[in-house]
Amino acid sequence: MTAMNQALAVPLAPPRLPRLQRALAWSRSQLFPSVGHGLLTLSVLALLCWCVPAALNWLVLDATFVGSSAKDCNPGGACWLPITQRWNLFVYGFYPQAEQWRVSLALVLAGAAFVLLFFKRLDRRLLLGYLALLPIVMWWLLKGGAGLPEVSSTKFAGMLVTVFLGTAGMIFALPLGILLALGRRSKLPVVRMLCVLYIELVRSVPVISLLFMASLMIQLFLPPDSAFDILLRVQLVLILFTAAYMAETLRGGLQNLPKGQYEAAMALGFGYWKTMGQIILPQVLKQSIAPLLTQFIGLFKETTLVMIVGVLDIVGIAMSTAVAPEWVEYGHEIYVFLAIYFFVICFALSRYARHLEQRMEQSRS
Amino acid sequence: MISKPKADAAAMVRIEQLNKWFGNAHVLKNISLNVHAGEKVVICGPSGSGKSTLIRCINQLEQHQQGLVEVLGEELNGNLRGLERIRRQVGMCFQHFNLFPHLTVLKNCTLPQTSNLGVPEAEAIERALGLLDKVKMRDHANKFPSQLSGGQQQRIAIARALCMQPKVMLFDEPTSALDPEMIAEVLDVMTGLALEGMTMICVTHEMGFARKVADRIVFMDQGEIVEEAPPERFFSAPESPRTQRFLSQIINHGVHAQ
Repeated sequence: MTAMNQALAVPLAPPRLPRLQRALAWSRSQLFPSVGHGLLTLSVLALLCWCVPAALNWLVLDATFVGSSAKDCNPGGACWLPITQRWNLFVYGFYPQAEQWRVSLALVLAGAAFVLLFFKRLDRRLLLGYLALLPIVMWWLLKGGAGLPEVSSTKFAGMLVTVFLGTAGMIFALPLGILLALGRRSKLPVVRMLCVLYIELVRSVPVISLLFMASLMIQLFLPPDSAFDILLRVQLVLILFTAAYMAETLRGGLQNLPKGQYEAAMALGFGYWKTMGQIILPQVLKQSIAPLLTQFIGLFKETTLVMIVGVLDIVGIAMSTAVAPEWVEYGHEIYVFLAIYFFVICFALSRYARHLEQRMEQSRS
Repeated sequence: MISKPKADAAAMVRIEQLNKWFGNAHVLKNISLNVHAGEKVVICGPSGSGKSTLIRCINQLEQHQQGLVEVLGEELNGNLRGLERIRRQVGMCFQHFNLFPHLTVLKNCTLPQTSNLGVPEAEAIERALGLLDKVKMRDHANKFPSQLSGGQQQRIAIARALCMQPKVMLFDEPTSALDPEMIAEVLDVMTGLALEGMTMICVTHEMGFARKVADRIVFMDQGEIVEEAPPERFFSAPESPRTQRFLSQIINHGVHAQ
């Protein structure tokens, strides 16, 4: 009893110092814990003071956002006119004006998938259904057919290519990666050897050479007048490439899971697919979220390589803008814009990974 | 291939001339053992004697290379379909519980029923709660395994196995990984189960439990069955010198522990 009373007498929170003292204590412990740290802090502060105002001036304060031609540009700052003037080109590529709503809709659907992922209460089957249908619906919207006027994929360019390749790539690469990982650990020697061969082959070849193969060689093996869309071909390469890497990540997770989990599932009469789908994979995927999302981010950045085989993604549009006679002086701005574009999307993905991890930690404790 | 039922139809588990090797190590040597409905058999022996391997052959977590293993009248010979059906009728508890950490206690108990027996969700929940009640874990139904102690987890593992309404229960050293104060709660549940007439095959070092519950005690050493006897005779008049040595070690150890 006395012990309990004493426990109750202990204050619930540490004593709070006045604000100034707290700030001083914080800076002493965080910024100047030792001479070396203090010097480092000061030099970083100096560096920031030197470059942040200049960057801000150039990027925003002295920059030109409104205007119609290079004549309107303020010589002291950045000129964002090549992007604002060519915004349509950046987003829709050469897509016919009258049909551009289809691209907008496809982009919104892709964005909505990302938003839906944040809802915890959503029925999982609904979400999976949405994700499974998304690439097909996006392709139908972009390409046309079945009620919509067809648009040649030579008109595809810009953000729509990047987002389509990224979204569809992520959605197909994960299931394929799971199958490859399971195949590699299969008891059937033929399945195992095929999976090992495939994974090792793909991982030991640079993605660029695979893309060249897709653009130049696949056509050689197909009948002469068959048309296998170039965008789908490079998409296939990106999926196959990412899946091989994911398979290796997942294999690590599968090997780390205690053997007892497999045995308990077997002893309860779970068959192979039920064991994997209901017992093993849910645990492995949870553990592998961070590396998998890293690979998603890698995939998204690798979509830029398709430019090399003649598919104009957003980088392609940016480069063609940078060499257009009227904007030829504004290459810096165009590439800064590209950097911001990729940063925003990749940062969002990595925040999502963090969010998922935190959710896992909460549900476990 | 399913073999025809044998004359000894009441034998739940029939093992004849079983041989198993791990690489070149001969871990089970000519084992023959019959377990009849309602019988409780305790298998004991020094570590490395093959007792866990033997019990794991009964639901084919280990495949044998030679001999016959027949469970509920069906021979286990690598036919996967038949094996899954048999496994659903043979419950097993492991040394390390092996609950599924990503599922709640309740879901651990219902998923095998809904997924493998086709029991409707509502019925599965009802059955699971009933059995959790029996092992005194109903209040913890919505927790995750990691929030519970070893003894609690093992009781849930027993309830999970019982949810499949098995005809035989296998226990593979169910108390060896537990802290001493939790052993009793698990043994109580097992004793209760035995009194209800469940057919049980237990690998355990708990000689008090064996004495109280077992119909027969099987002593194994170096991959062989050395002695097989009812508990009274096993403890009071063991025939083989190896059994005598083992028993004296266990009893001495027991004295030390107290």
